[in-house]
Amino acid sequence: MMRIAAGIVVAALMAAGCADAEEKRARRIALPVFKIEKGGTCVAPIEEMRRDHMTMLLHQRDRTVRQGLREPRNSLGNCIECHASRETGSVLGKEGFCASCHAYASVSIDCFECHTPLRRQRTAARP
Amino acid sequence: MNPHRRQLLGWGAAAAGAALAPGLRLIELAQARSPQEAASKLQRWGLLIDITKCTDCDVCVTACHEENGVSGHGRPATDAQWIRKVSLRDKRTGYAQTLPLMCQHCEDPPCVDVCPTGASFRRDDGIVLVDKHTCIGCRYCVMACPYGARSVVHEAVSGQKAGVPRGKGTVESCTLCVHRVDRGQTPACVEACNRDGGKAMAFGDLNDPAAEIHRRLKSEPSSQVRADLALNTGVRYQGL
Amino acid sequence: MARVHYREIEGGSGGYYALLGALAALIFAGLVAAWTMEHEGHYVTGMSNRIVWGTPHVFAVFLIVAASGALNVASIASVFGRDLYKPLARLSGLLAVTLLAGGLAVLVLDLGRPDRLIVAMTHYNFKSIFAWNIFLYTGFFAVVGVYMWTLFERRLNLYSKGVGLVALLWRLVLTTGTGSIFGFLVAREPYDSALLAPLFIVMSFSFGLAIFVLVLMAACGWTGRALGEVVLKRLRELLGVFVATVLYFVAVHHLTNLYIARQHDLERFFLWEGGVYPALFWFGQVLIGGLLPLLLLFGTASRRALAAAALCVILGGLAQLYVLIIGGQAYPQRIFPDKEVSSSFFDGVVAAYAPSLPEVALGAGGVALALALTAVALKVLPFLPRSLADGDVGGSTA
Ligand code: SF4
Ligand code: SF4
Repeated sequence: MMRIAAGIVVAALMAAGCADAEEKRARRIALPVFKIEKGGTCVAPIEEMRRDHMTMLLHQRDRTVRQGLREPRNSLGNCIECHASRETGSVLGKEGFCASCHAYASVSIDCFECHTPLRRQRTAARP
Repeated sequence: MNPHRRQLLGWGAAAAGAALAPGLRLIELAQARSPQEAASKLQRWGLLIDITKCTDCDVCVTACHEENGVSGHGRPATDAQWIRKVSLRDKRTGYAQTLPLMCQHCEDPPCVDVCPTGASFRRDDGIVLVDKHTCIGCRYCVMACPYGARSVVHEAVSGQKAGVPRGKGTVESCTLCVHRVDRGQTPACVEACNRDGGKAMAFGDLNDPAAEIHRRLKSEPSSQVRADLALNTGVRYQGL
Repeated sequence: MARVHYREIEGGSGGYYALLGALAALIFAGLVAAWTMEHEGHYVTGMSNRIVWGTPHVFAVFLIVAASGALNVASIASVFGRDLYKPLARLSGLLAVTLLAGGLAVLVLDLGRPDRLIVAMTHYNFKSIFAWNIFLYTGFFAVVGVYMWTLFERRLNLYSKGVGLVALLWRLVLTTGTGSIFGFLVAREPYDSALLAPLFIVMSFSFGLAIFVLVLMAACGWTGRALGEVVLKRLRELLGVFVATVLYFVAVHHLTNLYIARQHDLERFFLWEGGVYPALFWFGQVLIGGLLPLLLLFGTASRRALAAAALCVILGGLAQLYVLIIGGQAYPQRIFPDKEVSSSFFDGVVAAYAPSLPEVALGAGGVALALALTAVALKVLPFLPRSLADGDVGGSTA
């Protein structure tokens, strides 16, 4: 539902704002926020992460649930540890790493229906 | 093996900072399966519950629901219960007993047999779980479980514990604290019972000759609930 | 025998659109109910951790079982070569498809995660009778589809017997599969009976024919088609036999249970002490769904009585499935034989259940969907003969 609704909104906005599209869209649709507060590199190059993070998560999820392989590298928990916001401790919320980009791309996330979006320990954010 | 080293092997240096979160217990970790090692068929995790030591306390229930973030909405009919205290009274003699009842982690689990998508499954080490990614919420497994061990998540959940996902519309039951077991810890109920309760519960590998639970099962009488169904449960009782 | 002439229904009258409008409203209400249940979670229904299958399942199972039975008339015509039933075969096939669609819609919309339907289609556990049923149901659509094709297309008519036989066997397996959903539950005594599968088959005959009769009478009446006594007499007798057979199986089921000592508590619950369940059994299932229809069917020859009997069979059938599905869960599981059991999780007590509005709306929406599909299909394709008057149907070989 959300997805369709968001899709319609995006389509409508695109049609409406051809003239001064850039400016208007920037104002109406929040651009995704990439605030990564922890230094260092991700588990794969950024391009690959943007394209394939869902596949990596899917693959790891089955290994973890079915076989009990808890390799942290591609685990959802590992993503959250780095990407949760420093203030909220979460990857959701208006400026949350996952939420803001998914809102922009209008793709719903099912993960956090069940999983906590919060970093395990706030202290883990130490640099 | 040094836990630091193990973690580093698995993660790569970049993520190690987060991995070394405080609170990991070194002694327990020393016996844990490494994250790169799959659950093994050689093991069969189980519980042995001596109900002669089980009194009118419910620390196991509280500890379980605390550990797994199972909180209710004040609606007993629809709130989830992963473990419950059951009171028994013999119909003829009036002899009264009480015991904790949870998923019995059957070797031939009816819940797994009936699940249309394979979401209910038995891990190689005997732990019966629901893969909530593929559970469609048909509730057939709840119909099939002989122990009434499963709950349907009837409303939206928030505040889940890390490592224990729970969500509306799927079915859940005792996981034998699989997230703890994989870290080399014992289930929360067992820990609580041995700390604050009657020391009635023991956890271990039923297949491991060196394990206390194996030894006791071999040398002392014990029973399964609904043994007539021949499900070969992983949870055994004494004094029933 | 004179060739049967089929004709679409006009479907332009105010009455037709009023009917479609009313059905659409019911379907809409059902969708709203489903959305509410999914959005809020199932706590808004009467269902709980002890009664996990509620009123939607009563309707869904009823429709699915009836779907298989609705095909009866076609089977009798094609497989057993009774000419009298031939003109009715197309409608029979149509109802089989639409009723199944209605039932499945209810079942799917009641899931905790209906958005994951695709998972159900891509992940199979072949040990699960439920997964088997997914194949049986989709296969049923296909088989009946092909069968209808052989009925419609004159060149293919000669294959209708063969395909009809496949359809007949398929639906017997399908109903057995539906019955086995319950029959395989070793953990629940009320379902622990080998009689459940055959019982479901005779139930399907009876419920399916009852719906068929009502739809046929309504369709003929509202479109001004003649519906002769010959056809009605046949249907009346057939329905009577089916109703009696269901009663017989129910009686055998309870009598065998009464014979088995460990089932005595169970029988006392369902026949006498279980509150609403014995009431529904005796008044709903036995009286309204069994004895009254028999009286109406064999006592008089009036059309009203036939329609009333069919309606009674449907109501009785719903009562029967309510007792079976919900009563079967309300009856406490015997986890510790010989012990009185109590806990905070409703062990050892009869689980409480009351149907809620969303559940009823969803179930009724499924029925409305089946009927609406039927009404539209009748307008689009020639399912109904122009006349079923006594002179127009082949009575000689019947
Ligand atoms: S006790 Fe119930 S939920 Fe647990 S494995 Fe056995 S059948 Fe499945
Ligand atoms: S509710 Fe989920 S786990 Fe249970 S049988 Fe259905 S799909 Fe499987």
